[in-house]
Amino acid sequence: MMPQWIDVGAVEEVPLRGSRAIKVAGGEEIAVFRTGSGQIYALINRCPHKNGPLSQGIVHGDSVTCPLHSWVISLVTGEAQGTDKGCTPTIPVEVHSGRIMIERAAALRLAA
Amino acid sequence: MDREHLVVIGNGMAGCRAVEEVLARDPHRFRITIFGAEPHVNYNRIMLSPLLAGEKTFDEIVINDRSWYADHGIDLVVSDPVIAIDRDTQTVTAQSGRVAQYDRLLIATGSDPFIIPVPGKDLPGVVSFRDMADVDMMVHTAALGGDAVVIGGGLLGLEAAHGLALRGMQVTVIHLMDTLMERQLDEAAGWLLQAALEGRGQTILTGANTAEIFGEGKVEGVRLTDGRTIPASLVVMAAGIRPNVRLAKEAGLAVHRAILVDDQMVTSDPAILAVGECVEHRGQVYGLVAPIWEMCRALADGLTGKRSSYEGSVTATKLKVSGIDVFSAGDFAGGDGAEDIVLRDAARGVYKRVVVKDDRLVGAVLYGDTADGNWYFDLLKRSEDVTEIRDALIFGQAFASGGGQADPKAAVAALPDDAEVCGCNGVSKGQVAACIADGAGTLDAVRATCKASASCGSCTGLVETLLAISLGDEYAGERTAKPMCKCTTFTHDEVRALIVERGFRHIPQVMQELHWSTPDGCASCRPALNYYLLCAWPGEYVDDQQSRFVNERMHANIQKDGTYSVVPRMWGGLTNPKELRAIADVVEKYDAPMVKVTGGQRLDIFGIKKEDLPAVWADLNAAGMVSGHAYGKALRTVKTCVGSEWCRFGTQDSTGLGVKLERKFWGSWMPHKFKMAVSGCPRNCAEATIKDFGVICVDSGYELHVGGNGGIHLRGTDLLCKVATEDEAIHMAAAFVQLYREHARYLERTAPWIERMGMDWLRALLIDDIAGRDALAARFWVAQSFSQDDPWAERAAGQDRNLHRPMAEFRPITQLEGVAP
Repeated sequence: MMPQWIDVGAVEEVPLRGSRAIKVAGGEEIAVFRTGSGQIYALINRCPHKNGPLSQGIVHGDSVTCPLHSWVISLVTGEAQGTDKGCTPTIPVEVHSGRIMIERAAALRLAA
Repeated sequence: MDREHLVVIGNGMAGCRAVEEVLARDPHRFRITIFGAEPHVNYNRIMLSPLLAGEKTFDEIVINDRSWYADHGIDLVVSDPVIAIDRDTQTVTAQSGRVAQYDRLLIATGSDPFIIPVPGKDLPGVVSFRDMADVDMMVHTAALGGDAVVIGGGLLGLEAAHGLALRGMQVTVIHLMDTLMERQLDEAAGWLLQAALEGRGQTILTGANTAEIFGEGKVEGVRLTDGRTIPASLVVMAAGIRPNVRLAKEAGLAVHRAILVDDQMVTSDPAILAVGECVEHRGQVYGLVAPIWEMCRALADGLTGKRSSYEGSVTATKLKVSGIDVFSAGDFAGGDGAEDIVLRDAARGVYKRVVVKDDRLVGAVLYGDTADGNWYFDLLKRSEDVTEIRDALIFGQAFASGGGQADPKAAVAALPDDAEVCGCNGVSKGQVAACIADGAGTLDAVRATCKASASCGSCTGLVETLLAISLGDEYAGERTAKPMCKCTTFTHDEVRALIVERGFRHIPQVMQELHWSTPDGCASCRPALNYYLLCAWPGEYVDDQQSRFVNERMHANIQKDGTYSVVPRMWGGLTNPKELRAIADVVEKYDAPMVKVTGGQRLDIFGIKKEDLPAVWADLNAAGMVSGHAYGKALRTVKTCVGSEWCRFGTQDSTGLGVKLERKFWGSWMPHKFKMAVSGCPRNCAEATIKDFGVICVDSGYELHVGGNGGIHLRGTDLLCKVATEDEAIHMAAAFVQLYREHARYLERTAPWIERMGMDWLRALLIDDIAGRDALAARFWVAQSFSQDDPWAERAAGQDRNLHRPMAEFRPITQLEGVAP
């Protein structure tokens, strides 16, 4: 049986307070974030405002500031913060023994 | 009737505790045999650290001595590890060949140290930190003195480092992650810990990856992947532990990350139980002692016919690392709706952070003062509503539960007049109150008059409460000077001045010392702090990439579709066939959809993908071109007209001077982008009067203009002065740029800066004060000596290549096989 989680790499491959992108064939990129507290999050790599690549933003607390127009997006819910309205889909992610695992089904949905 | 035989594999803390719990419930139910790999009786493994540090002896850390085994009729087999389990015959076989039949089997094999697979890991002198033999070996080696390397900056590694340092070794800790103890601490606390350990003489290398351990016949040192070598006669591997599941796996028990058990600690075989670090319960593997004790209780209940359930544990870590108290519990990573409350007390070296979500405490990190750790942990476990005490929560139990004082306003009002409010400047509550009564109605006014809260800012909340008490409704909290961002009460100017005055060298240090209210700042303050530190400590401060805006991290300009544009430098707007050819080749090779001539006399190549940037730069570098910094808060272009070389009106060599200026000023980081221009005559074809620094050549020399801007608010330059030679012009430019770098606020262009400061101020510093001007210029050239490395060449050579590469690529198999999804 297919494993339910896909190993995409080690935690330390993502810079602290930074992000890395994962390409999805035929679909949208996934952005994996690592916060100053060491938490790992994954979102679609797209700002709800004008589709900016969130993986290129500045990560602070549990948020990322989009590089295009400085919308602040919650890494936990994908919701825009403050007065801005919009939401980026989140991707289920887990960390096991220092490896970052993305849910296969979520990745498949993106590729489809 | 024959008693059932309980065989225990593992004479460690979990196995023996389980036996103790069973005996306490029913001392005669089982005949018990315990197999241990070590030659010792059961000892407290947690106490290996004090043992190494020389604070305890082995006898002091023994939990159960020989008489305990004898008194309970336990057959203890030492130095003879079990090597196989046969479930069909219900027997275990030990290394010596001894076979024991069991009715119930308990696996308590614990964990093995994780040995990182590098060359040299088996050399004599490489040791883990797991058992008595390891400690004996470390103590023996330490007696000879010399250098030790500890691989791993987690709890275990830091304790090993502490013990070896106490025994006189020079210790270097190598940690793969960027902050120490990243599992237990957040970045801010991890940074404080690192600073404290370094203060005690340990060397801490974070973000450091071990490539190999080298030596002839024995350890001589460690080489990192970046090429650095560290000499060492002892290397301690403390990079983590792995559940020891080999026996269980070979016996065919269900094993995931560790041996799977149910709520009674029974494995997939009903005759076999497992407990301790080697088990996985409801998806969790524990490495702390408290959950293991809870497991042992449920296990003993089950074995003695009194069923109870282990339902998992919430864990807290409270410990002393090298004498420094740290505590963490729950989920301090924050999350949706979670709110951080941060208290920093720089003078006492204290950092406290609690995380509140849905009116409940969900996590806490404490550094330097852990007295309230148990109270927070209790609130967390009981999931108690903290609305009532929320305002006082961060101050701890004594304050928050202090009866009528729970309202901070009432508590402040109740302070006596001679109570000290501001420790830095020795200002009492009475003095602050008097200052407010005399008309200081804002925080800025209080800071300016009686100096309370003007140094470290930790009493800002107290002063603001006093303002609120004294002025009532009249105090709206407004400030004349705007704080840098919501993370601090200090302004840009105050932060800058304090960085220099107090010698702050790192972003986390500024945040701690100036009582930032967030754990790691925001997208506004982080780039600003990074710049201020870079400007204050040239050549010394290490740039924090994660605090830079994307363009400065990628050395290209992000566009609306997420691709980048690339602008190579064209000195003074001059180019040649070789450069043009290279640009044309790049455009074709990387399929750039557009090339544009910019307003600053350069060529901008659009639509380059992030992954292609290093290759594009390599090609441009090969033709002699470097980064144009079109993306940076830095010198952009020096626009020129053709000047006396060609133009019939030209008075001086404006292109020549433009090229010289650009060669001397490129690469310098500034508060905002910075543009220059040199026009060869007052017709001003290079538009020098709307630049940050503009030169207009005249017959008798050079007019130097400053503070122009062609942006949203059009502003013509002010004339600064007139000089006779190119050298004087360059010297004045250096002094002006340095004054701007040192005084302007981050993201403030020269035009608003000059409007704010006034030309008189500028002239006093640059024209009247000759020594001051020379000193400014000198500081600029020092800074430049560290900043003129082409960032493109570094990236093209492979530096930070991960920034440009996707972490992984996901392709569904159906697509690979060409089947339509």
